[in-house]
Amino acid sequence: MPHKVINDFSITIGTINGSGSQTANVTLLRALFKMGIPVSGKNLFPSNIQGLPTWYTIRVSKDGFIARRDEHEIVVAMNPNTFTHDLAEVLPGGAFFYADDIKLPIGRTDIAVYPMPVKTLARAADVTPNLRDYIANMVYVGVLAQILGIEPDKIEQALSFHFKGKEAPIRSNMSVIQAAFDWAAQNLTKADPYQVEPMDATAGYIMTDGNTAAALGSIYGGVQFAAWYPITPASSLAEALNVYLPKLRKTADGKQTYAVLQAEDELAAIGMAVGAGWAGLRAMTSTSGPGISLMTEYAGLAYFAEVPVVVWDVQRVGPSTGLPTRTAQGDLTQIYFLGHGDTNQVMLLPGTVQECFEFGWKAFDLAEHLQTPVFVLSDLDLGMNQWMSKPFEYPDTPMDRGKVLWEEDLEKLNGLWARYKDVDGDGISYRTLPGNRHPAAAYFTRGTGHDENARYSEEADNWEQNLLRLKKKYETARGLVPRPVLDAVEGAQIGIIAFGSSTPAVEEARVLLRQEGGPKSDFLRLRALPCTPEVRQFVESHERVYVVESNRDGQLHQILTVALPDQATKLRSACHTDGLPLTARWVKDAILAQEVK
Amino acid sequence: MMATPAPAQVNKVGLTKLDYKGAPSTLCQGCGHNSIASQIIAACYEMDVVPEKVMKFSGIGCSSKSPTYFLNRSFGFNSLHGRMAPLATGAVFADLSVRALGVSGDGDTASIGMGGFKHAMRRNVPMVYIVENNGVYGLTKGQFSATAEEGLQLKHQGVNQYMPVDICMEALAAQATFVARSFAGDPKQVKELIKIAFAHNGIAVLDIISPCVTFNNQENAFHSYAWGKDHEAPLHEIAFVPKLAEIQLEGEFEEGTVREVTMHDGSTVILKKLERDYDPTDRARAFQVLEEAQKNNWLVTGLIYINPQKPTLTDMHNLPETPLNRLTEADLRPRPETIAQINAMMF
Repeated sequence: MPHKVINDFSITIGTINGSGSQTANVTLLRALFKMGIPVSGKNLFPSNIQGLPTWYTIRVSKDGFIARRDEHEIVVAMNPNTFTHDLAEVLPGGAFFYADDIKLPIGRTDIAVYPMPVKTLARAADVTPNLRDYIANMVYVGVLAQILGIEPDKIEQALSFHFKGKEAPIRSNMSVIQAAFDWAAQNLTKADPYQVEPMDATAGYIMTDGNTAAALGSIYGGVQFAAWYPITPASSLAEALNVYLPKLRKTADGKQTYAVLQAEDELAAIGMAVGAGWAGLRAMTSTSGPGISLMTEYAGLAYFAEVPVVVWDVQRVGPSTGLPTRTAQGDLTQIYFLGHGDTNQVMLLPGTVQECFEFGWKAFDLAEHLQTPVFVLSDLDLGMNQWMSKPFEYPDTPMDRGKVLWEEDLEKLNGLWARYKDVDGDGISYRTLPGNRHPAAAYFTRGTGHDENARYSEEADNWEQNLLRLKKKYETARGLVPRPVLDAVEGAQIGIIAFGSSTPAVEEARVLLRQEGGPKSDFLRLRALPCTPEVRQFVESHERVYVVESNRDGQLHQILTVALPDQATKLRSACHTDGLPLTARWVKDAILAQEVK
Repeated sequence: MMATPAPAQVNKVGLTKLDYKGAPSTLCQGCGHNSIASQIIAACYEMDVVPEKVMKFSGIGCSSKSPTYFLNRSFGFNSLHGRMAPLATGAVFADLSVRALGVSGDGDTASIGMGGFKHAMRRNVPMVYIVENNGVYGLTKGQFSATAEEGLQLKHQGVNQYMPVDICMEALAAQATFVARSFAGDPKQVKELIKIAFAHNGIAVLDIISPCVTFNNQENAFHSYAWGKDHEAPLHEIAFVPKLAEIQLEGEFEEGTVREVTMHDGSTVILKKLERDYDPTDRARAFQVLEEAQKNNWLVTGLIYINPQKPTLTDMHNLPETPLNRLTEADLRPRPETIAQINAMMF
């Protein structure tokens, strides 16, 4: 063996959807994580329950890079239908593992080839025949463990977590892994350079997905009402609410301080959330692009009638049904103006799993403070893939319930108040909630023109003043949304702006740019819209700013162009979407291509 | 001696009828919806409803404008076309002591809002759901609605070729626990049914034929005053007796001519037999009577179906005594020590 490559490569596993390979894949991912090696996992799955091909890529990176890579040093082929394709994907010098019942030509001599007796070992397993196909995937876990050096006790920890400590499945899966591990020791000879070794780089980290984090953050934000309609990739967010709410949000006498409803469609899901938000509950819904389209009318009403509500958009690839199981950042411009007429929406853009948690609770504070919808834009990559993450942090500010007048407040005001009057000069008026017994509490909410007292009005002045106040409120929002995060270096020649799940690719690309003699860069990670003043300062202080994002038209680039018209010529778009998370290599190439122009 | 003016009559919660009024109606003179608004006011006054304990909902259309014309001291939300049901579904969780009263129309419910309507039924959302049904789109000037009868001829629209949607039948099929039909030209029955609907624990659908005097009041039209007057076929004479009030049956009620239904809150519905003995707790019979009415072109009115015992949507959620919308951070944010436990639950 010429050399060793330690903790710096990617493993891609090709399987058949619905065959149970997901358990094997996350087990490998978690075992590597428990060995202290920085790791990321990307599930590339079809819109299908059973039968279509699926791939899972695990990247181990001693340097801590967790962006997707599109180079595969190690490939595992379990699916005869993609065998030839998967074989061709292996980098020269790489390793190819395959189920030996697939009798197809190999014909490559530039890689190490490892056949695996998957059927034989699965047949020997002590499980009922109906579980044999599922457990067959554990064969590649055992073989990879042997050839790459993954520690079996870490695999057992991962399995124990997956099966929630249940003895029987842990034992049966582990026995297949052990058999494969031993078989590989006796029958295979290491012929590739790739290996893992324990590190200490994941201590203090947790591993979870953005949708779970979002649900937990919402719970710590005091969510009281959630309505949702099933849609990939958002369903697991609401499902996580159903898992964790009963654990965290029961009163001493066992009562629920919340309600979660599966609605009949997205029209109803947001309608229910708006009803609950109007009535004073911390209310939310979670969906993806097609659901946002259906929620548009209510989003406009909630903006205009000033109802707090939180909407999570776990983005997938559009337009239309698009690629339901692939990722994109393509709903930005739609939501920025969501609603007909003059509408401006407040948007949060979490860039990490930890931030999904943080924005989960912050979104409610903002929505109730501003009395407006707050949209949180995650995506499939962030929401559904497993990420190593800093632990969730307990909210560091008390809940902000906004300007609500109860009986005693109205008593002090002698009942004199006006629902849509800008008393404080911030565009935000006071509201009352149903159940308030003061005779002056009630007001009438409507999507039609109204005066300060919430009375129906078609008066030109009333209309215009109200819309101008809403604009002022949006300016107030600009001062309240999370500020961007700046990573500046000495002597930067360019600026980069990105957001959300594109962040890891950008961070790595900045290193690659330097390695290849490209420009030094400052990086501004945007975390919300409307833009805070830091965005203007950043663009003003750079000659060129690349706006990197995962969509076709450069949607953030468009928004920034409109927000900073005098700076528009400095803004360069680097956008790309094929349904896969951006890679550092693509980002680097996209920037270099424009740098030489 | 100076004559002191007679004090205004007050009800048991110390309010006059004026306290239940709304803004002046902007609907057409003679619109059935105005008559229904008056009966809502009368029913709430007579039932001693505290107006602050009611929230009003509507969608879009002439009918949906009407919540501003009653109960000024109640919260209200005039929402989107066809989307009243989900709005109310979310709002009812905030404070279980506040009653929800929805007013929709036949377009709002039976066309654009059919999905939400049916799902509000199957969830047994605790609300009164009134449909002011006139067979026509009024606010957009006279197009056919989904409840327009086959063969109806309207100015500028021609002849309707489609079968009508029967709102009561749809409600019943969707597992509604209270289904009634009435006629705006029969205010006494409308008022009694509103009272019973208010006392019902669950969704109470009131399909009220409410003529549109401007676009669909021709004598031969199903939703006209004239047709209703001539063809109304009440199932029974109906009276609501609040909880704790003594039931006094007048002399003319012979044995076997009266049915009583006990409501969830202990109040009673008295149904006096007319041509036949009708049992409104029999769902199969309810389907049958609606089918017969459709076949024979009767405007069958009265309490068509009731099941007072089904748990409501909010009953199913094990909510605390304190209204959810009065809970504070101490109730809603898990304790700081839980965050370590949650982090430990991740891998």
